[in-house]
Amino acid sequence: MTQAQLQETANIAAHGPDVGGGDWRKYFSFSTDHKVIGIQYLVTTFIFYLIGGVLATAVRTELATPEVDFVSRELYNSLFTVHATVMIFLWIVPAGTGGFGNYLVPLLIGARDMAFPKLNALAFWIIPPAGIMLMLSFFVGAPGSGWTSYPPLSLVNGKAGEAIWILSVLLLGTSSILAAVNFLVTIWKMRVPGMGWNQMPLFVWAMLATSALALIATPVLAGALILLSFDLIIGTSFFNPTGGGDPIVYQHLFWFYSHPAVYIMILPVFGMISEILPVHARKPIFGYKAIAYSSLAISFLGLIVWAHHMFTSGTPPWLRMFFMITTMVIAVPTGIKVFSWLATIWGGKLRLNSAMLFAMGFISMFVIGGISGVMVAAVPFDIHVHDTYFVVAHLHYVLFGGSVFGLYAGFYQWIPKMTGRMLNEPLGKIHFVMTLIGFNMAFLPMHKLGLEGMNRRIAEYDPKFATLNLVCSIGAYILAISTFPFIINVCWSLFRGPKAGNNPWGGLTLEWMTSSPPPVENFEADPVLATGPYDYGMGDRSTQVDVPFSEPSDPDLSAGPSSSLRAKADPAVAAHPDDREGESANRE
Amino acid sequence: MTGSTLDPTKTELNYHHADEVAAPHGGEHHDFRIQGIIVFLIAEGMIFLGLFMAYLTFRAVAPTWPPEGTPERELLLPGINTIILISSSFVIHNADTAIKKNDVKGLQKWFVITAVMGLVFLVGQIYEYFHLEFGLTTNLFASTFYVLTGFHGLHVCFGLLLILAVLWRSLKKDHYNSQHHFGVEAAEIYWHFVDVVWIVLFLLLYIL
Repeated sequence: MTQAQLQETANIAAHGPDVGGGDWRKYFSFSTDHKVIGIQYLVTTFIFYLIGGVLATAVRTELATPEVDFVSRELYNSLFTVHATVMIFLWIVPAGTGGFGNYLVPLLIGARDMAFPKLNALAFWIIPPAGIMLMLSFFVGAPGSGWTSYPPLSLVNGKAGEAIWILSVLLLGTSSILAAVNFLVTIWKMRVPGMGWNQMPLFVWAMLATSALALIATPVLAGALILLSFDLIIGTSFFNPTGGGDPIVYQHLFWFYSHPAVYIMILPVFGMISEILPVHARKPIFGYKAIAYSSLAISFLGLIVWAHHMFTSGTPPWLRMFFMITTMVIAVPTGIKVFSWLATIWGGKLRLNSAMLFAMGFISMFVIGGISGVMVAAVPFDIHVHDTYFVVAHLHYVLFGGSVFGLYAGFYQWIPKMTGRMLNEPLGKIHFVMTLIGFNMAFLPMHKLGLEGMNRRIAEYDPKFATLNLVCSIGAYILAISTFPFIINVCWSLFRGPKAGNNPWGGLTLEWMTSSPPPVENFEADPVLATGPYDYGMGDRSTQVDVPFSEPSDPDLSAGPSSSLRAKADPAVAAHPDDREGESANRE
Repeated sequence: MTGSTLDPTKTELNYHHADEVAAPHGGEHHDFRIQGIIVFLIAEGMIFLGLFMAYLTFRAVAPTWPPEGTPERELLLPGINTIILISSSFVIHNADTAIKKNDVKGLQKWFVITAVMGLVFLVGQIYEYFHLEFGLTTNLFASTFYVLTGFHGLHVCFGLLLILAVLWRSLKKDHYNSQHHFGVEAAEIYWHFVDVVWIVLFLLLYIL
């Protein structure tokens, strides 16, 4: 069968005539291609990230001065509630799992698509209506009980907004469960022959751990929300003490999901960092198995620590001890990862491009969040800082300094693969520096505010906190502005960026062995594993892919390793005309 | 070209698109769909587990359980219902055995019987609802009772729909044979799951 015939039949069998890039309308359709779905997730969630950012800026504007002057107290409550809900349920969780997970997992394991493509598309298309519904709640009285929505406050606080919040989060949870089912079966059954469990790239391990966690924890949140909606709408009293119910039960069920949720947010990022560091340090990853299995350990431990959110909810002391110890133990597998990453960087020939900068920024910021995490895990300290800005600082160091930095690193790493064009490095570096400065300015002072006793979720505060709050607000503005270089960069890259070639970074994982953007079914032929995913500078020199150290936009680098790899994968593929086209474009 | 995307010998790997071309009934190459059902049922099980845990906590914290003044519940009707539902699990297993022997008539017969048993269970449950002397908001026990049994009832309804869909496909389209019977297996696994949940529910709400 000739190449042309093959291509034609493949198109008929699959997704219509478009291959790889091309028709923009497919991004607005019920496409079953995992790459289209991944990009749909990434773009949608990024838009929600911007919306959440606008809400955050409004919150910080209110808090720039001690008085209530910018918005009303009710609106302030809604602002921080919707900000948190959007950032968690509509940005970090779906961007890390649905976005990067969908785009990368089949490519990394050499599969042609996810196990259940239609289910995959369905899981994505649940998200936009749920998000839009949450936004529209501002017109009927937005939810204002915090993203935890604790009863009995949430039962008396404005029913329309609360009902919308419940429905929206239930839908997003459903989407998350469907995605988890898909990932588990895909990773379980669809790895390319020759890829055993211990040959899987670390991002795939991370997605396995994440999906298992999402599968087990998310339904419990659904159960809690079903009961809460009965309380709210029908008037039962599961969580309403006046009718004999117990609000603490809600807290248990809620945190049984929502604590693991922080690992659902951070584990995919851990996986991405494990992919990015070895490529740009040009070294094998240090401690492959330690990183892989520590993801599973984090998943397991993540399920048995939820009550550390409830140390001040009348938890008996012996139970507090259990949750304090298990919580602190999570620092061990996390520390294993951090040490492995540092050992990977150690002595490497680092390429300090935007992806690498964000990855290293991630490590430093996340470690600060991790250390304050061990602090709040200690019961006496937690009782002191509970519901203060110390907790706000801690969670932002983990979720922004951790997850968001990592997601940005992922964008810089894989956008060339997604669009086929490079991003602008100077703009990326400006983005990184502004983000780092804005982020630390906005959240570092909050540690001190919290230790001195400033409560979270208040619109009005003691004037003695005014200076530090002003610093935080200015930092938040810098952080808000820092997204502009990134948006400009992506828009510029889409139309003007230099061609990326198949393998701009000289990576060894399978996604770099196909074209950028990959064709509809990812690989021209089933890829053959020539090296392990991180065998940089290892093994037999004759089969060695040797990548010279240079800037990523270097045309030789972007063309060289990919064609040699592809030649090894399948000699017929290396002669594919698209390759030569990409190379000549690079040399211009 | 070796290993091409449309090479039928390669399709057992993971290639569902070629599969649709090569095997329109989507059968043997789709063995991972069973894993999909199992993984999905773990999630379903976790919803119920969360609700059971809530129930047990309410019960542990309450001074008396069920709360004072909750009318006694009749055991006869739910007992019969339970026997019907558990027996239907054995009935539906015959359907699976039949289709593995290429016996489509047997599949249809056993599925019809299962569907009727499921329907009897549902009617029995609705009858019970109308004759109970407490309502959804009477007290905490009543609320958990209705939410748990109602949520399980919804799952029975969904299982029935699944069985009817498979039945319809086997009647109209001659869809299943000894090689291609994923739908039958999926319906069977789901039905067993619904049964197991009911056993726990029955023990919690009626017996213990």
